[in-house]
Amino acid sequence: MFKKILIANRGEIARRVIRTCKKLGVQSVAVYSEADAGSLFVREADEAYCIGKPPVNQSYLNADAIIQAAKESGAEAVHPGYGLLSENAAFAKKCIEAGLVFIGPPPEIVAAMGSKIEARRTMKAAGVPIIEGVDAPLADEEAAVQAAQGIGYPVMLKASAGGGGIGMEFVRSEAELRKAFAGNKKRAEMFFGDGTMFIEKYIEEPHHIEVQILADQYENIVPLWERECSIQRRHQKVVEEAPSPFISEATRQKMLEAAVQAAKHIGYTNVGTIEFIVDRDQNFYFLEMNTRLQVEHPVTEEITGLDIVEEQLKIASGARLGITREMLKRNGHAIEVRIYAEDPESFFPSPGKITALRLPEGDEIRNECAVEAGSEVPPFYDPMIAKLIAWGRTRKEACERIRSALENYQIEGIKTNIPMLIETVSHEQFLKGYTTTHFVDDFLN
Amino acid sequence: MEITASMAGSIWKVLVKEGDQVKEGDDVVILESMKMEIPIAAEEDGTVVKVHVQEGDFVNDSDVLVELA
Repeated sequence: MFKKILIANRGEIARRVIRTCKKLGVQSVAVYSEADAGSLFVREADEAYCIGKPPVNQSYLNADAIIQAAKESGAEAVHPGYGLLSENAAFAKKCIEAGLVFIGPPPEIVAAMGSKIEARRTMKAAGVPIIEGVDAPLADEEAAVQAAQGIGYPVMLKASAGGGGIGMEFVRSEAELRKAFAGNKKRAEMFFGDGTMFIEKYIEEPHHIEVQILADQYENIVPLWERECSIQRRHQKVVEEAPSPFISEATRQKMLEAAVQAAKHIGYTNVGTIEFIVDRDQNFYFLEMNTRLQVEHPVTEEITGLDIVEEQLKIASGARLGITREMLKRNGHAIEVRIYAEDPESFFPSPGKITALRLPEGDEIRNECAVEAGSEVPPFYDPMIAKLIAWGRTRKEACERIRSALENYQIEGIKTNIPMLIETVSHEQFLKGYTTTHFVDDFLN
Repeated sequence: MEITASMAGSIWKVLVKEGDQVKEGDDVVILESMKMEIPIAAEEDGTVVKVHVQEGDFVNDSDVLVELA
């Protein structure tokens, strides 16, 4: 096991990784921007290095500054968290060239899965079902219109380098596509430095269901079941749960097999997630692969009893997986909600100072929180400030626990989406397990 | 009449220039905050007399973006 690692991230996920480091006796090194100097994760790490000004391109996306901090601190490995540089192949490569272990898969795999067009081609070759679409990059608006005519409306216009729902739009007609093309391309260029666009057929009443896998460096691959992540706003997940209330056991087994097949085909290592779109008839199609730890990993931890961050560190340090598929047991049901600093109705961000905060407590309630009373939520970063997770023996019990915990969540000074989350987890359709990606549009407001 | 930022963020786009006529509800600036685009609209009709920001600038809540007359 490593003696010291650097965490190239901020907020709740930096705290989460530090917690596992402390448990394993691994020293943790934080890096932070000037805007985060007073943050909890900076205080909790064994060492912390300021790497620049608040905008991400002057701090958290500055690979050289992060690697310099790692070298100065004597860290042996870099944990990239999620978002920021976590799926940046050039960063992974730079870490390795600097003699550091990148806690994730090899850079070539990060790159191959980072291009959604290339990932589609790779998965097709692996025998994993993909959505009908156009695999060649769309040169311009005219090419997009032609491609869409071949597939038939409605379609999803997507950025090949996209993530977090940016550069992606649902379009019903040629007019909508023409209106959407340039703006999404520009956004993709601005956020990802790559404006390559493609088109996929739109799947009706879609569910977004993903499979978590663990893969060591000796070709052992273990799937940790699925997570249902269909409830989203602006194509960003808001509520996640495990297991999925929607799929049958037969579909589940097929999806787990497809995920293992995908991971095996590309020679995957470390933890990763294969995301699928599932239609109303339970046909599933590869959507993308996330080559990193995910925001919603706690729901899988809650039903398996595993510490996924610990597994990441063990795999990266060269250990064999200590578990097999046969040894794993799934226990109960877990639900996670993401708490965003935003207006619960307009979903507009709400940066500012948190004047009071009391986290809910209770049976099987878990808090993953970036902030405390007195914290400033800066406008430079993602609006997610905390996650709340509840476990129950049944889905019903998990729903009751998360609702009660949300009702007891006390946060003042900024607006949050908590009222929207309470409405969601109390909604008749949610309780029935009807959780398509249209839930927010169909049933809220 | 001053049009101000509704929250802290960076200027993503400036949609007007001095001399432009705007109507109530027209977007004049698009702000980016917490990875989201926030359109800032004129609250009344007028003529743009001064644009105080450029694309890429960082502004705080209530900073003046555009002046109308």
